[in-house]
Formats: sequence, structure tokens, C-alpha cells
Amino acid sequence: MTATGTVGIGSRTGTQTETPDFSVRNLWKVFGHKADRIPTDPAMQSLTGPQILEKTGCVPAVRDMNFDVARGEVFVVMGLSGSGKSTLVRCLTRLIEPTAGQVLLEGQDIMKASGSALRDIRRKKISMVFQHFGLLPHRSVIDNVSYGLQIRGTGKTERYRRAQEVIELVGLHGYDRRFPDQLSGGMQQRVGLARALANDPDVLLFDEPFSALDPLIRRDMQAEVIRLHKDMGKTMIFITHDLSEALKLGDRILIMRHGELVQIGSGDELVGAPVDDYVADFVSEVPRADVLTLKWIARPAVVGETGPTGAVLPAGTVIRDAIPLVLGSADPVGVTDNGSLIGVVGRDEILRIIGESHVVKQSVEMSPNEMQNVEQRVGN
Amino acid sequence: MATGLVERPAAPPIGPPGGPPRRALSVGTLILLGTLAVWLLGRVVFANRFTLPLAQADLSPLHTNLNGFNDWVDANRNTNPLFLYFFNEIRQVVDATGTFFTHLISKTDVGLGIPQIGWLGTLILLTWVAFWLANGKMAVLTAVVFFFIGLQGLWPDAMDTLALVISAVLFALLVGIPLGIWAGTSDRFNKIVTPILDFMQILPSFAYLAPLALVFLIGPAAAIICTIIFAAPPAIRITAHGIRQVPATTREAVDSLGVGRGQRLRGVLLPMAKRTIVIGINQTIMAALSMVTIASLIGAPGLGLTVNQALQTLDVGTAFNGGLAIVLIAITLDRVSTAASLRAEIAARAGGHSRNVRWIVIGVGFVITVVAVLLSRTYLWAAQFPRATLPDVGTPISDAATSASDWLTTNLAGFTSGLKNGFTSAILNPFESLLTGTPFFIRGLVLVVLGAHPPPPPPPAGVVACLAIMVYLGVWQDAMSTLAATIVATIVVTMLGIVFGVWMGRSKTTDRILRPILDAGQTMPAFVYLVPFLALFGATRFTAIIAAVVYAAPASIKIIADGISQVSTNTVEAATSAGSTSWQLITKVQLPMSAKALALAVNQGLIYVLSMVVIGALVGAGGLGYDVVAGLSQRDLFGKGLAAGLTLVVMGIILDRITQAAARRSLGDSISPMIARKQQTPLG
Repeated sequence: MTATGTVGIGSRTGTQTETPDFSVRNLWKVFGHKADRIPTDPAMQSLTGPQILEKTGCVPAVRDMNFDVARGEVFVVMGLSGSGKSTLVRCLTRLIEPTAGQVLLEGQDIMKASGSALRDIRRKKISMVFQHFGLLPHRSVIDNVSYGLQIRGTGKTERYRRAQEVIELVGLHGYDRRFPDQLSGGMQQRVGLARALANDPDVLLFDEPFSALDPLIRRDMQAEVIRLHKDMGKTMIFITHDLSEALKLGDRILIMRHGELVQIGSGDELVGAPVDDYVADFVSEVPRADVLTLKWIARPAVVGETGPTGAVLPAGTVIRDAIPLVLGSADPVGVTDNGSLIGVVGRDEILRIIGESHVVKQSVEMSPNEMQNVEQRVGN
Repeated sequence: MATGLVERPAAPPIGPPGGPPRRALSVGTLILLGTLAVWLLGRVVFANRFTLPLAQADLSPLHTNLNGFNDWVDANRNTNPLFLYFFNEIRQVVDATGTFFTHLISKTDVGLGIPQIGWLGTLILLTWVAFWLANGKMAVLTAVVFFFIGLQGLWPDAMDTLALVISAVLFALLVGIPLGIWAGTSDRFNKIVTPILDFMQILPSFAYLAPLALVFLIGPAAAIICTIIFAAPPAIRITAHGIRQVPATTREAVDSLGVGRGQRLRGVLLPMAKRTIVIGINQTIMAALSMVTIASLIGAPGLGLTVNQALQTLDVGTAFNGGLAIVLIAITLDRVSTAASLRAEIAARAGGHSRNVRWIVIGVGFVITVVAVLLSRTYLWAAQFPRATLPDVGTPISDAATSASDWLTTNLAGFTSGLKNGFTSAILNPFESLLTGTPFFIRGLVLVVLGAHPPPPPPPAGVVACLAIMVYLGVWQDAMSTLAATIVATIVVTMLGIVFGVWMGRSKTTDRILRPILDAGQTMPAFVYLVPFLALFGATRFTAIIAAVVYAAPASIKIIADGISQVSTNTVEAATSAGSTSWQLITKVQLPMSAKALALAVNQGLIYVLSMVVIGALVGAGGLGYDVVAGLSQRDLFGKGLAAGLTLVVMGIILDRITQAAARRSLGDSISPMIARKQQTPLG
């Protein structure tokens, strides 16, 4: 099932650095009686999650997970409900104690951290934003935001100054004395975001933070996260079940099913080269022209096709953006990668990709339902 | 008629989905009918044999042994290490606390017996505390109520009661809140403590009296300890509940920020549970007041004693005057502590301005209080309530009550005694004779069948063991007579519960009107319910049963009303659109869908009724309650009283188990009424 096998094989986007910020090695979380036997049991290797459940009564929510997250990267974990993604993100700071494996933060194994060391990591290095906010109803906005600073012993003046800063940052100016139940859902999540930012952590974890918000607010908040990431450049691990959100935010996306890693890659890699039918089904609804770049459809140039006058586009251009130029040009357009010509794109290629999106969509009409049926059986 | 023809097929069978299949139901009914037949047959064949009778003054060997045990305890009270280093120590600490508060506000042993703080000081102090904890309105209420009690001529009695309540609540909270926090944070401790609390909750208050009198001697100390034991469970339970209801998402979120254990408790769990904990304190206070009045039987001074003595001499006027004072105190304590729980929220959100004004008033109030306390320590008029110079309202009230009672007994005698005699001879006597006249083993069989009827376990072994204990304890006949009264009253309570509960559940207006009355009814100490019915019906079993019905009905009605109103509006809409009549809607949709609430209402009604029927011994109900009271007042009956108290415990358990089994039967799966019962504490 783990067709990508080794870590980050799909990662050709260049965001990966020599020393990853965050590494997960052979991470397991199994729920159930005598769960700790499952990861080491060779008999379980070949079984799927639902089969293990049937045989042992245990649910492998996270199964032999491996990935690296580079500093400053936005790493998205996505899967349907019950795929184990929320369990995975909780394992990263041991809100749920993993069954086996390693979680390395800058080379330090969080799994081995003592109680106080772990608290220290949670206070300073990693903050989390939750789907249902988790605000303290008896505290005002500013006291909620500064709560993390308070528990690590920051003085009142200092923590209010810092809290005020992040309140401005997330656009809650003037709401600092309100109480959570006086705010809308979107604003409450801004408080949750501000609370996470107030600690000035190295890594931000988001557990489906916008799923409980309505679509317009969700779009605003996504834009907010993109803006914050541009400004602060923090490493982010973002859990979602919404593919468009994943494509919008993620530098790379990890697709999970039954607790297992199915594919890691950038958005265009998932759409352009899905490793199996599952991923293909998943991305089938995506308008390919919006995600794929010219690199994916360029063909070798026939002699004489691009003269000195011919137009040229970089390989990273999204196809949709290239449509006016290509369709408007009599000759195919050249595609360059780092200055060297790697191929050409003509009208045929463009039209085919638009038509293909349509065809794929129809051919997999039934599959998503089947997928979901299987997912529901796994439970979480 | 044409419409009739159309309507009949139009009404489809709307029942709860997944209800029990018809066949299983009829088997169950067969078993029940069979049991009933065996019972009646046994009654006829064995007619009054094997019924384990025991006359009022007779003792079984066990009772004599228990008397001997009582003598042994008395003889060794000051030498046995268990008493010397444990029970006596507890008694001394509790006694010292009780004495301290009694000296402070009620009376001292020296000179004129003037308390440390005289009436004026106490009145102002209570008013100030009410303002500080709650608000201005509550302060006014407190001042008016306590001044009125002074005018009733009951100031010293009221202060005695208050001193005992304060002492008992202090200890109950001192023990209850830490235990509650522990139970709220530790799953293991919660698992241990919950069944114990459940068990304590089904015990009638009377069951506590004899054992505690044995260990702690009759007197205020035993009364306070009794009250502590009775009042601590709500504090423990509700504190734990408050902490447990903090949402998992919040806990997770603060964990992700790296909170320590202490920080989590102080910064998150306790603040978020604060309002619930204050509700627990309110429940503790109300339970304490209820018990303190009953504890007059084991030496608690105060209003309870006044009412109790008046009940014994059938002095309706004095009992009414005293009962009114108890009711007024109950209302005041309830309102003030409820307002205090709201205060917590308001205080957190108020802007700086109104807070400052409030603190200025509190400061000024403090100065006034100090002046009043000093005055009451200096001048006699401020120390002892000046009954001679102020108008006396106590005498008019008790005269009015007496003459009203006389008028009722003279002019309504036809009605009241007709009702009483009709009910007694038509329902109560035959039923009681069925219970008391059947051999004990057949009664036992019936109970076992009822308790174990649903085919899957639990096995009837528990019920059998309980029955064996009841037989061994030797007050079988009295137990059966109490049981007869309890069952009759419970049936009436359940009928009232269904009628009013359905009415309230279906009509918001009715709910709005009835609910405050029911709430008020639930805060009254059990004791005071006896007074009006004593006036109406005299000292008989019937009086006790009516008092029990009135006492237990609010709980039952509220539970059923909540059950009915929680039936999904979608379902009701669907049934209405299918053409159901109101009657069909009630009987085919709303009642079946609130089966759980019904079962809980029966269970709760039973526990409340049992508790009250026993207290009814004070107005002639006889049975186990009488044995307990007699045991406390006559030394040679002590053993029997203790046995009766223990029988009450066992009977409470059996009845609770049987109604729970019935609940399981009607629901087809296991439920625990205890869970839903959490916040409802029987106050009697």
C-alpha cells in the first residue's frame, strides 16, 4: 500500500533541506487491548487496517508513518474522516501517546522527553490550533491569548504586551476584553490562532482548524494563514479533509488512508502522478488545468517548431495561466526550466488536458462512495 | 360517519423503533401474573401464618443482643481504643465547632445566656454576608425573613438551627469538595466512590439516626455528624461532575500549551467548574437544613425540636409556626446560595465601575455590621430579641393555624375523614393485609421474581441475601407495613407524575407556571410536609402517605415532564402529520419515547416516598419509622430501633434494585438511573 516507500520520494519541489525541522520515523498508534504487540508482529504486516481490526480488535490509527518536514514548510496531512490524521497530529506532541516509533524535533526525540521536558517543548517549541478552538470560557480574549505565557511564568505586563501584539496580528483589535462566547466562530478561531502564536513557537500544528467554520469565513482564515506564513515563515503542519484547502496551503501534501501513508508530494505531483487508484480518485475532482504546470504536458519539440520569435514560458507556470498565450499563438510555445528548453506546448496539449479533466471525472463516478464505505468501517 | 372511515386506516402504528417484540412481552406478563396468583393463593392458604409477627414492645433475640451491644458501648466508651482515639476524638472536634457557633449566635452557658453576638449583630451580619455573596435583593430578603422569625418568637430556636447547619455545612464542604476534586480528576477514585454515593443516596434519612446515636451518644454532636454524612454526598458528586464536564477539547488545548497538573487544576478545571461547585454547595446547605430538623430526634436543638414536640402533642398551631420558620429559612438559604452562584459569573465580567460601587457598599456594610455587633454586645435590647416591645406575630399565627385546623376538622370532617377512611379501607388495608398476612417466604419469592425477572443476569442472589437479612433483623411485619404504605404512595406519585408531567411536557405555559412551585417544593425540608396534613387528617397512616405523596411528587413530575419535552419535535411533527390524535400522540409516541424518564421517575418517587413514609412515624404512621423513633427514646427498645434502621437500609436497596430491573425490562438495555439522578438529591 505504501507505494512511495521511502520518505519524501515525491518531493521534488526543492523545499527539503539537509536538516529537517521535524521528522517522524516508524510512528505507530494502535488503539485497543494489548495494542503494543501490533507494530512488531510480522503477521500484521500484510494485513490492511480493517483486517487487523477484525482479527485482533485493535485499530491501527497511525501505521508505520515516516516523513520529514523542512523548516518553514507548510506540510499538509489529508485524508477522509477516520483515516487517523487527527491521531497523527496529536502523537506529534504526545497529546496521544504513540505506541511505537520516533518523533524528532531538530534531532531531539520527543518520545524520550521527560514530563517536564515535554511540557517545555509544548510551551516554547510547538503550539497547536484545534478544530473546536478549546478556549477557556471564563477568561477574556487577552487572558486566553496570554494563557500560554502565563503558565510558563511570564510577568503580567510582558505577557499582555505580547498578547496585544498577536491580537493585532490576527485582526482582533478591540476585542481583547470580550469573552469567547461573545465572539463568532471565526473570531474564536482567531483567538485560538493568536494563543498559538503568542508562545512564538517554532512549529505550528493545525488540526482541521477551519472545518467548523462556514465557507466564507474559512476562505478568510485560509488567507490569514497564508499571510502569517509569508510574514513569519514558521513551520506548519496542517490537518484537513478538504483537498482544495490542502492544495491552497500546502507546499507538500501527505495523503493518509487507514492510518497509512499513501503518497507524499506537492499538489501537482498528486494530480499529475497519483501512485494508485485511491489517490487518483481523490484528486479526480480537481480541475487539472488549475493545478498542473506546463512541465506535465510539455512534449519534445519537433524540428522547426519554435523559432527565435516563438514565445517561451517557464516550466512552473500553471496551465490555466498559459491558456491565453498558447491558444493565441499560431505556433506551440516553448517551455523552459532554468533557462534551458525542455519542450513545447501547443493547442492540442492544452485542449486535451481540459478535456481529460472532464473524462476522469466521469469515469470514477462510483468510486468515492466505495472509498467512504471502507473508511467508515475503520472508525477512529 | 365518513370521517371515521377515513381516519381509521390513516392512523398508522407509530411506536418507538426497536421496541420489545410482542412475544417476549407476553411471556413477561405471564410470569408476573403467575407470581400474583401464587401470592394470592399463599395469602388464602396460609392465612396469617408464617408472617413473623412481633408486637410493639416485643423483642427478638437479635434485638436483645443489640441492646446488650448498646450497653457494652456505653460501658466501654472511654476505655476502648476505637472509641478513645477515633470516635470520641471526632465527637469532640464536631462538638467544639457546634458549641462555638451556638455560643456565637444562639446562647452561652453563663449568666443570662446571652450569645457572643446578639440578635441585632447577627441580623446585620447575615444581611451583610448575603449582600457580599449575592446581591442587594438577597440582603433585603435575608433581613426581612430573620426579623420576621424574631417576631414569631423563634429567634433563639432559629439561631440554634442555623448554628448546627453552619457547623455541619462547614465540615461537609471541608470533606466533600476535596473528595469531589479527587473524584473529578482521578478515574480510579471516581469508580470507587460513585457506588458508595449512590448507596448513600437511597438511604432514608431515618436510617442514619440509630447507628450514629449509638456511636456518638445522643446530643448535638451526633446530630451534626449525622447531618454531615447526609449533606456531604451532593458536595462530592456535584464537584466531581463540575470538573468532569470541562470539555475534552479544552483540556487538550491547555495540555498542548504545556500546563502542569497544578496549573490545570487551579487555572482551568476549578474556575470552569466554579458555578457547578456553588450549586453543589447550595444542595449541601439544603440537605443539611433538612437533616438538622430531623436530627432533633437525636438531640439537635432548634426549630426541628420545636416542631417535633408540637407534632407529638398534636399541637398544630405551634408546629405550623415552627414549620413556617423552617420554610422561610430554607427559601432564604436557597435563594442566597443560588444568587451567589450567578454572582461568580457576573463578577468576572463586570466592568471596573460597578465593581467599585459594590465594594464601597460592602465596605460601608462592614462598618455598620461591626457597629451592630458591638451594640449587641453592649446593650441588652440589642442582645436578646425584644419580644416584649415588638409586636408578637407568633401567637396570632399559631392561633390562626389552630383555629383553621379546628374549623377544617369540624366542617370538613365529612370530606376528610371520608377520603381518609375510604382510602384506608378500600386500598390501604387490603393491600397491607396482603403484604403482612402472607408468609414471608412467598413475599420473598415475589420480590425475587420482580427483581430478577428480566432473563439475563443480574442473578437474584443479591435480592435473596437482602431478604434473608430482613428476616434475620426481626421486624418483618413492620417492614411490610412500611412497604405497603410506600408502594401505595408511589403508585399515586407516579400517576400524578404522568398526568402533570405530560401536561407540563406538552405545554410551555403550564411548565412556566408549575415549575417554580415544584422547585420550591423540592427545597422544603421533609419534616414540614407533615404539619398541614396533620391539621387536615389527624395522626394516622393516611397523613404520612399524603405527606409522602406531596413530598415526592415534584421530583417525579419534573423528571417525566423533562422526558416528554425531550422527545424530538421532528418525531412529534411526523406523528401529527400522520393524523394522530392528541391521545394517540401521548400514548403511542411521547410516553413510550420517554420510557427512560418514566422508569427514573418511578425509582426516584419510590426513594423519596420511602424516606418520607418513615418520617411519617412522627404523626402515627407506625412501621419501621415508629421502631426507630421508639428506639431512640426508650433504652430497652434501642436494639429494635437499630434493627429497624438497618431494615430500612436493606429495603431501600431492594426497592432501588427492583425499580432499576423494571427500568431495564421496559427499555431492553441496561440503564443506570443513578446517572440521571446525579443532580437530584432527596432532601429527607
